[in-house]
Amino acid sequence: MSSRGLVYLIPIAVIAIFWAMAVWEKRRGLDDPSRKGFVQQNGILLSTFFVLAVAFWTLFLVVLPYMYMVQESFHPSLWPKDRGGPKDVLTLEHYKYFIYGLQTGTEASYNVTHLYAFWKTLLISLCVTFANFCLCYPLAYYLAQSAGPQKLRLLLIALIVPFWVNEILRAFAFRVLLSSNGLINTALINMGLIDTSFDFLRADIGLYLGLSYAYLLIMVFPLYNGIEALDKNQIEAARDLGASWWRIHKDVVMPFAKPGIASGCTMVFMLAAGSLAAPQFLGGPNTLWFTSIVYDFFFQAFNWSRGSAYAFILLLACIGFVLLVLRVFKVSLGEIAR
Amino acid sequence: MTSRLVYKLMTGFYLLIFFAYLFGPLAVMGVTAFNTPNYPTAYPFEAFTTKWFTALFNDRDMMEGLWNSVIIGIGVVCLAVPVGLAASIVMTQIYPRARSLYYLITVSPVLTPGVIIGISTVIFWKDFAETTGLKPYLYKGMILAIFGQASFICAYCMLIILARLQRFDRAQEEAALDLGASYPQVFWHILIPFLRPALFSAGIIAFLSSFENYNTTTFAILADKTLVTVLAGRVRQGTDPSLSALAVIIIAVSLVGAISYEILKRREERRALEAAARARAAERGEVALGGAVPTAA
Amino acid sequence: MSADVELDNVTIRFGSFTAVKGATLKIENGEFFSFLGPSGCGKTTILRTVSGFLDPSEGAVRIGGKDMAGIGANRRPTALIFQNLALFPLMTVADNVGYGLRVRGVPREERARKVDDLLRLIALPDQGGKLVSELSGGQKQRVAIARALAVEPQVLLLDEPLSALDLKLRQHMRNELRNIQKRVGITFIYITHDQGEALTMSDRIAVMDAGVIEQVAEGKSLYDNPATAFVASFVGENNPFPGTVSRTVGDHALVETAHGPLRGRNPKGLKPGDKAILFVRPEAFSVGVGTAEATISSTVEAVTFEGNTSHAYLKGKGAKPITLTIGRQSDHALPGQGATLAASYDPTKALVLPHGRLASE
Repeated sequence: MSSRGLVYLIPIAVIAIFWAMAVWEKRRGLDDPSRKGFVQQNGILLSTFFVLAVAFWTLFLVVLPYMYMVQESFHPSLWPKDRGGPKDVLTLEHYKYFIYGLQTGTEASYNVTHLYAFWKTLLISLCVTFANFCLCYPLAYYLAQSAGPQKLRLLLIALIVPFWVNEILRAFAFRVLLSSNGLINTALINMGLIDTSFDFLRADIGLYLGLSYAYLLIMVFPLYNGIEALDKNQIEAARDLGASWWRIHKDVVMPFAKPGIASGCTMVFMLAAGSLAAPQFLGGPNTLWFTSIVYDFFFQAFNWSRGSAYAFILLLACIGFVLLVLRVFKVSLGEIAR
Repeated sequence: MTSRLVYKLMTGFYLLIFFAYLFGPLAVMGVTAFNTPNYPTAYPFEAFTTKWFTALFNDRDMMEGLWNSVIIGIGVVCLAVPVGLAASIVMTQIYPRARSLYYLITVSPVLTPGVIIGISTVIFWKDFAETTGLKPYLYKGMILAIFGQASFICAYCMLIILARLQRFDRAQEEAALDLGASYPQVFWHILIPFLRPALFSAGIIAFLSSFENYNTTTFAILADKTLVTVLAGRVRQGTDPSLSALAVIIIAVSLVGAISYEILKRREERRALEAAARARAAERGEVALGGAVPTAA
Repeated sequence: MSADVELDNVTIRFGSFTAVKGATLKIENGEFFSFLGPSGCGKTTILRTVSGFLDPSEGAVRIGGKDMAGIGANRRPTALIFQNLALFPLMTVADNVGYGLRVRGVPREERARKVDDLLRLIALPDQGGKLVSELSGGQKQRVAIARALAVEPQVLLLDEPLSALDLKLRQHMRNELRNIQKRVGITFIYITHDQGEALTMSDRIAVMDAGVIEQVAEGKSLYDNPATAFVASFVGENNPFPGTVSRTVGDHALVETAHGPLRGRNPKGLKPGDKAILFVRPEAFSVGVGTAEATISSTVEAVTFEGNTSHAYLKGKGAKPITLTIGRQSDHALPGQGATLAASYDPTKALVLPHGRLASE
């Protein structure tokens, strides 16, 4: 049984196990008698539709592709004719490549470029997340607690409209702004602050600005939802007891809005780390972004197995971050998904 | 009361900076759309022109991309809204022990980087299409783009519909059954009308998310193009302000959309208030009669 | 067309919790029958089982002699008025009332005619076009009834329909419902925790407590001849004197209580040594000393003057005071607070019943 075939078997096995459990419970009368059977509750036609629709999505669009990609990353890069043949064995060579790079000669070396790109990506994503949070928190607070309902709707619209402009166009807009003849450079030169135009893009400043800009909305909404549920009286009470505004936020508002904060931070981090457009269009020639490396493996090297391995590493990093956030903030997964 | 004043000033200043950061780049780009130089320039402003808008419409690749994006968008809506509906109903009825796993699986595409979804879609469907011999039908950029996007857009739809579904009064379903309706009738007469606003929002969100998606589509689209991938290509090559023109159009369209939404919402609120007022009048009339209501013969 | 309803040893379990134990009774064709009991006693569970939303764990439900096992709620000849009415908010009044006809495929003109007739029956003519959100509480109530009657059920089930209305409206609706039932002539099964409602509207009442049907009888029988301690304490006001039976004399029994030996009727044939409770209604007491075995004496805690009658509350040996009703005709002056008062009763008006759970306040 090839590893590829195994991928199909695992979901079927899981479903069968749950089905058996459900039948066993019903037979023993341990379940709730007011719960009717699924087919009984929805009629045959609808039940079939529901099951088929959900099965197609969860199996063919989610579970199977992921598992397939993961198992593919353990295969060597082969020409199509060699696949399934004797050379097609399970191997860790792509993962080894990530850490060690090409082994030329006898000295042990590390794949410094890729490792460095990986850590830099994660670090920058973290910083962008934090900066985003600091930027958006006051606005979310204002929206949730201070703005009246009419103003609120207006501000929300004002927030949403820019985000209907595609992220690529927005990246482009920043490029226009920050380019050598762009507005900012011209303004700075005219004001006499610098002599020649400063290459923002090479210095990665464009990248940082572009990344934090792109996900402002993603951070604002969960924060807003999290803070909105807080009873205004609690803040009044805290102020009444003499707490400074810093302490009010630290002790009353933020602990309450924890799920919202966790949600916003998680999403921004994932989107930043997995971002393609910003590094491609706002990065300088030396910018190394991990996701761009994955892109190159696919479109330039046509090395799908290796690309899958790197993609899987990225996925693991994201999952790791999510788990970290869940642990640090002490929230559950259900509270994060809005 | 100076602390209040300071607070208000600081809030105003902060809001100003925030929205300047938000709108600034777009405003600048909007200006460049009407400026004549071949490279998007805002300052100095040479002359006013609309030639970039016409250039946009004459751009064949762009138009082809636009058409494909619309088709894919419609495809995604037709797939994601029914699936989202089915998924949310299953979520409320699934065997309780399996629910956590089911939730994890259905929500995971939302949290997964789009790149990974795109890659996995292509890898899986290529092999699947080959082994089942459906390659010429399934292994196409448009189809794979729909599949890849649907992976997480179904999740969006499911969450939107689920939020509304959880506010559904089960007693209405029972009342309809009690009156003799069959289950399909209950579904179409009672549940779907209730869910209609959510289905509508889900459809809109699905279309918009599909239209503007880049990370996943860029892998899944293979050799075809969508508006967004064409854009990406143009930006990479360095370009003329026709892109700025596109941005202006998008902003104009979304503003129109937002304003119409606002108008519709206000009208709906007004109608609800009127109905409530009529109910209250009826209550008062009833109490005034001392609870006695004319009984029919 | 109406039908009778039979519960044959019906038991309903939820996991390890038994909501209804061995319920057996027959509701006659065309009767207004009520289930009366405190919250959680199982009456809603029985109603949902009759309407088909629950299957009994044991026993059978028969409507018109036909066993309803396996017949779903949408195929039973019953209609249910929900506690929160469950009107369809997105439909007009006419669409609500006509919904049952619509799903049966009744053509549009005939449907419109029937809906008009029903709207006139509930005194809401020409209101068919209104939305549910524009109606008052009482109007919604009547629309719910019309909607149920439209499908011409053999049995109409009502789940505490008046609990959400305010007092005056509630009293008016009690008469309305009774009139409608008489006019339409079908079996009504009504559940409530309010004994005033049950007593005024019903032909017969089943009193329930903790899943068990304590007694099924007409209101007057429940009041005069309660079968268990629960029924005696739940229906109307009653003074319980717990103790042990010391002697039986004919159809009377003597019970040793904390107030001394007291005599009362012994309908259940209790024997000496049985634990029992002697019940005396407040209105059965007279001020003054009577026979030794039918007199109690205690300190007056409070006296309330209520116009036609007055109540005196004597300190009892348990937590609750002993309640006496003093009529205007009595020529004794009202006792003062703190005074010692003797009260006596006619033993034939007292009941000795087996010891059991009392209705809590």
